[in-house]
Parts: sequence; structure tokens; C-alpha cells
Amino acid sequence: MSVPEARAAAERAARASYGRLVAILAAPTGDLMLAEDALSDALERALRSWPERGVPANPEGWLLTVARNRQRDVWRSAAHRTARPLSEVVVEAARTTSPLDAVDPDAIGERRLELLFVCAHPAIDAASRTPLMLQAVLGLDAARIARAYGVGKEAMAKRLVRAKRRIAGTRIPFTVPGREARSERLPGVLEAVYGCYAVTLTGGPDEAPRRSPDSLAGEAHYLATTLATLLPDEPEALGLAALIALSLARAPGRGTDYVPLAEQDPADWDADLIAEGEAYLRRASAADRLGRFQLEAAIQAVHCDRRRTGITDTRALRTLYSALVTLAPTLGAQVALAAAVGRLDGPDAGLAALPDGVDDFQPAWAARAHLLAEAGRFTEAAAAFDRAATLALDPAARGYLADRAAGLRAR
Amino acid sequence: MRYTIMLHYPEQSTETLGEEAWAEGERAFSAYAKALHQAGVLLSGEVLQPSTSTTTLTTVDGELRVQDGPYADTKDQLGGTFVVDVPDLDAALDWAKQAPALAWGGVEVRPGATYVREGRWEPNA
Repeated sequence: MSVPEARAAAERAARASYGRLVAILAAPTGDLMLAEDALSDALERALRSWPERGVPANPEGWLLTVARNRQRDVWRSAAHRTARPLSEVVVEAARTTSPLDAVDPDAIGERRLELLFVCAHPAIDAASRTPLMLQAVLGLDAARIARAYGVGKEAMAKRLVRAKRRIAGTRIPFTVPGREARSERLPGVLEAVYGCYAVTLTGGPDEAPRRSPDSLAGEAHYLATTLATLLPDEPEALGLAALIALSLARAPGRGTDYVPLAEQDPADWDADLIAEGEAYLRRASAADRLGRFQLEAAIQAVHCDRRRTGITDTRALRTLYSALVTLAPTLGAQVALAAAVGRLDGPDAGLAALPDGVDDFQPAWAARAHLLAEAGRFTEAAAAFDRAATLALDPAARGYLADRAAGLRAR
Repeated sequence: MRYTIMLHYPEQSTETLGEEAWAEGERAFSAYAKALHQAGVLLSGEVLQPSTSTTTLTTVDGELRVQDGPYADTKDQLGGTFVVDVPDLDAALDWAKQAPALAWGGVEVRPGATYVREGRWEPNA
């Protein structure tokens, strides 16, 4: 086997099992940093050994055994250095990981759900939860995560180290909360997974377009479908997977100009992702427990349905946004509701429905600008388009909005 | 794993609170201590006298200074502590959520680093 082939095999194993292995390695002691170091050491060894000896029959088991040995070496040297008795849990972990143990691939557990609950634990700073998931579950490095957030690599690395020290130091358990505690804790997990997608909407200037393979949107999709697979009875987990699949289906590809939703050609949308999202949404609604993510997914489904019917059902949108505003009254939902009202009842009704006091909220200015233009108030509309352009993070959207302002002034 | 549950709240007395509310507070503390004890997790518990009883020592320019009053004169004061031995943070947080002082102020949960046994420091684990 050649080096590139071995690399490809190692990378395939890593992509499929990185989070699984980190979760298993970290669970006994809560030491994520050591688990990640041990796994990356094992992956390096795989790159050296597999080209010569061939890929083992059970690559995941091979990686786990090598990583566990590495972990044990570190524990031993730590014990030697400090001359302090190892804590019981470490001794227990070392005892159960003899290098002579044959690793049964079927016995490699699935502890990623535990890991997701650890990453989104209420004792972890909310701003660290999504980056932590991207690193611990998916194996992204701090520089990559920093780029998505538009912050420095050092700052992101520090944030991640602080969170990991906290997990080990305060002993946050690697457990899935019981039924009662789960309803309290699950929203935090969903929020953090959604945060991975949200960062692709508002991310730094160097972030890749969402439908390109190197965008984090693909990672968000993977995390959401993983969570939905691990929690098949939680309608909001299914709703979130639906939301991300349906949003991603309409995301622009690389190098494309900004096209407002109403002017997008549904033929460009990804039919497989739409079908996948709709399937998740059907399963979610079967449970009859409505939630924020299911509503947002249903809204996306209404937009995607234009691919089939050729029209957008604005009445359905208004109903769904009204429900969303009641359930989770965010500014974004209020603005979207006002836009739907404007299309159904005329621009004046839409303007009246816009929320107050939203000076710096870009979507509110964009919606106001569109409604003013439709009402024939062109001077005010141009000013509002200018304000929306100034506040826009996406350069393509900024250009589109500035063009609209210029177009209105040239009338 | 040992955790210290620290209770911070605005200080009250029987005069400011009223006899009945005071007695109610005492009952709540008593029930809490009993629950911790019966679960076998309580290592120690202590409710402190008001911060007006505190004497604070500091060194200023090499000189020892002894002053009446607390180290930090804030509205909420450390009013009591419970040390518990539980498997993990979730268990410690579950006990902290039941602390009666949560109705009046903030409850802090901090894992111990080391503790003294028989005059020797032992790592917390």
C-alpha cells in the first residue's frame, strides 16, 4: 500500500470514528486534551505503519488500542513524576486497557452522545460549546475553528483549553442525563449544534461558501444528523437535522453572487437534501411535540416546496412565523413575520408589523427597505437599503443591497 | 470528589426578617443538612455568624492590621458552607440546587483541590 492510500484509509477511519474514539478515551477521566493527543499520536502511527503492513482488519480498534497505550504511558510517567498515588479511576482505566486485549470492533461503544452533552454542559461557557463540539467530536483544529468565527487562532485555542480544563477539573460526567434532566439539558446541546450552522451564516470573511466541501456547514449537517440518529425519539433533534438539511439545500455554491430567495431558481437547489430534510421533519411531527427547530424547519420546507409547486405559500409562512414568534420570540422571527404580512396584506401592514427599536439589526433594515420600496416611498427605501448594506456581513449581500439603493436613487 | 457549596446572601436577622420567616429558614437548613447526611455525602456544614462579627487581618507595608468587618464589604456575604463528597459535578449541582439559600442569593459550587487529613495534604479525587 502506498503512503497516499494509507493516508486516505487513516483519514476515512478518522472521519468516521474521531468523535467516537475521543469520547471513549476521555470518558473515564474527563481528560479531553490527553484523549485528543493520544488519538492524534495513534493516527500518526497509522500513517507510518499502514503503508508497510497494510490497513488492519479493524482500523478503529487498532487506533483505540494504540491511543490507549499512549494514554497509559502518560499516566504512568505522571504518576512517576509526582510520586503520588494514581486516583482510582485512572488505575481502573489503565487496568482495563492492557495492550494484549484483543479489541472487538462491536464492543467499541458509542459515547458521542455523552460527549455532546459534556460539550454543551451548563457549566461550560456558552460561547465555547460549539467550538468544543467542532474540536472534540469532529477533530477540527483551533485554527480552522478560529477562521469560521473570524477570531485569532491563539484566542480560540485559549478558549478551548479553558473549557477542557474545566471539564476535567470540575469533573463534568460523561453521561447522558436521565429523562427528567434531559428536557433541561437537551436545548443547550441543540443550540450548540445549531451554532455550528449559524457560524456559517455570520462567519468571518475567509469562511468558505456553505455548499462548498470545506465549509463548516457540512460539519454542522453531520453533527445534527448524528444527534438525530442518537436521539431518534427527540422531535427537536429531528427538527434540527431537518432545519439544517433544508437550509443547506438552498445555500449558494462557491463563487456565486447573492440572489434573494424570491429570485432563486429552485432547480439549483439540492433535491437530495430537501428529501432528507422533509423525511426528518415528518418523523419529528409524528411525535406531536412542537418546538422551535421543527417550526423553523417547517418554514424552510415551505420555501423548498416551491421546487415542486412553483409558488411560495405565503399564508403557510405567516402561520408558521406567528407560531414561532409565540414560541421563541426572536427579532429574526418578528422581522420575517412582518415580511410575510407585507406580502399578504400590503406593505403598510408589513411596516406596521416590524418590531421597534432594532437600530443595528440588519434583517430588520433589509425588510423595511423592501416594504418601503413596495409602498412607493423610494427616498426612505434607498436610505434603508444603504443602512442594511452597511450592516451586512456577507460581501455579496452587501453589494446587492447597495445596488438596490443606487437603483432607487437613479429613478 | 469533594465539592464545597458556598452560600452567599444578604444578611438578615430576626428583626429584619421576622421571627416566623427566621424559624422557617432554620427549618429549611435543618432539612437540607438532614437530607445531605442521610444520602451519606455530607462531610461538613457550617452556617456563619453575620459579617458584623468578622475580624479581618491584613498586612499593609509589612505591618499587621486588624480590623472589624468583612474582607469585602458587599451586599451579599458568605453565609455558610457545605462540603460534600459526590461522584461528579452533576451530583454536586443537584445538591446545590436544593440549598435553601438559593431563594435568597447565589450558591457557588467549587471542586476542592486538596484537603488535609491527619495533618497531611491529600489530593481531591
